[in-house]
Amino acid sequence: MPPALRFVLRRAAGGIAVLWGAVTVTFFAVTAAGGDQIDAILGPDAANLPGLRAQVAAQYGLNKPLIVQYLNRLWSLLHGDLGWSYQRNEPVARLLSGQVLPTLELAASAAVVGFLLAVLLAVATAGRGRLARGLASLAELLAVAVPSFWLGIVLLAVFSFTLRWFPAFGAAGVPSLVLPTLALALPIAGVLAQVLRQELELADSKPFALSARARGLGERTLLVRHTLRHALLPVTTMSAWALGTLIGGAVLVEQVFSRPGLGSLLVDAVKHRDTPVVSAVVILAALVFVVANTVADAMYPVIDARLRVSTT
Amino acid sequence: MTSATLTDRWPTRRIRRSRVSGSVVALVISGLVVALLGLIALFPQWFASTSPDTDDPLHAFTPPGARHPFGTDQLGRDIYSRVIYGAHISVANGLVATVIGVLLGCLLGLVAANGGRWADALVMRATDVWLAFPEILLALLIIALIGPGSTNIAVAIGFAAAPYYGRLVRGQALVVSRAEYVEAARVLGVPPVRYTLRHVLPNIAGPVVVLASLGTGTAIVAAAGLSLLGLGPLPPTPEWGAMLADGQGYLANAWWIAVAPGLAIVVVVLAVTILGRNLQARSIR
Repeated sequence: MPPALRFVLRRAAGGIAVLWGAVTVTFFAVTAAGGDQIDAILGPDAANLPGLRAQVAAQYGLNKPLIVQYLNRLWSLLHGDLGWSYQRNEPVARLLSGQVLPTLELAASAAVVGFLLAVLLAVATAGRGRLARGLASLAELLAVAVPSFWLGIVLLAVFSFTLRWFPAFGAAGVPSLVLPTLALALPIAGVLAQVLRQELELADSKPFALSARARGLGERTLLVRHTLRHALLPVTTMSAWALGTLIGGAVLVEQVFSRPGLGSLLVDAVKHRDTPVVSAVVILAALVFVVANTVADAMYPVIDARLRVSTT
Repeated sequence: MTSATLTDRWPTRRIRRSRVSGSVVALVISGLVVALLGLIALFPQWFASTSPDTDDPLHAFTPPGARHPFGTDQLGRDIYSRVIYGAHISVANGLVATVIGVLLGCLLGLVAANGGRWADALVMRATDVWLAFPEILLALLIIALIGPGSTNIAVAIGFAAAPYYGRLVRGQALVVSRAEYVEAARVLGVPPVRYTLRHVLPNIAGPVVVLASLGTGTAIVAAAGLSLLGLGPLPPTPEWGAMLADGQGYLANAWWIAVAPGLAIVVVVLAVTILGRNLQARSIR
């Protein structure tokens, strides 16, 4: 087996272990609040109706031994059964699949826009002296300090309510996607650009850049073929951070823009303590995280030729 | 083309931190701002003369002006004093969350560093799983389990942030544990819990404080975000996230209701972040 493949397979196995851990922890955390679950289903008025409580416990399998409940949970998750929503009385999988598209749309467009903006900002400011460096640092500092949900509110106030360029809510078509995408992408772009710019400057000071120039390579070719590739490696490592920010931010940004999606479903479920829905979304997020990390690991040898030879 | 022009275009230099985060001036200014914010959070009555809860329907939706620097909201309440009084809850949420995260992280990190191979492996795999959940989603799951409210928000965010502190503490503790003074204490028969608390912990405090000051900013933003979702304190209480949610409905005609509390968040996070980075730059040197 080539070492790179072995490396990726090992990371994938680690990812599956993490996922199993996430499912296990979520299950036991939810069942630790056991009696509360029945309260969440029935509401506070049913506290002294033991018959009804027992009936509900039987319906959701809450009266079985813990280990049986746990194995059942694992078994059904493996079959794509995410559980049953207490509040909406519907399979969680159906609820999620109905809401996942607008969220995916938003997250994907924010990821693409954020990454492209970061590359543009970094390439435009790298090695351009103090002023450009100061600007990039300022952008990064603001990106850390300005929460995406507030940025969304400011964008709404300016571009929807004052200039009336974009719709203020909903998820119909591209115009309604522009502002939430920006609100989500700008903070990520600021941070990524800072890292990318520093890495570009570092790569450009390395001997290989000098030798490439000595061979008469143009600045643009040098950037695209050599330095950018070098600089992208640490950025790949940051993709996990970016993904977490993206998912967490999407929940809030959806709320600000009154967009349908997993965000509003999740918030509603949290308010009604609909734990099957909440734990399904959380496990799904962990799955996305694990998959993205494994993909990032698999990308290292593609970006960095040195890793193709020996990885242990 | 000579080698000088080749290298001069992007002059070879060590990658330095930006000037903003490196100078003494920035350290002093950000320190003073953080101190001022602490005072505002502790004694809001010194900074705002009007009460945050006085309704004045006749002057509802007054734009920012001399009488009301940040304008008034839909009930005619003065937004400036609501922002000032809101500092109390919003900053406290962030601080409590960070303290919980740091304490839990210290516990995890010290157990991992001192508890032998199995304890270390267990804690590290646990943090792997912990970190697979995005912070906000983990906090939301915890709130779904323990219910909404200011304290619960702080607990949830602190719990979600704990693995970051845990990993830092473990790494630092492993280094410090090899130092001669710890070795000496061990040889002298000082019990592990005691030399850990007396000798290891004080020597890893520096980096933990730096991460905590950066983490406080993140925690304040997260707490405000969760309140924005309606999981924080109940309506009349002035809290920045709740005020944002309140103002969202009036963006068309009164943008200042939602913009002012957001600005407050930005100022606080800027101050603690700049302070944290300055401390970091200083401790690395």
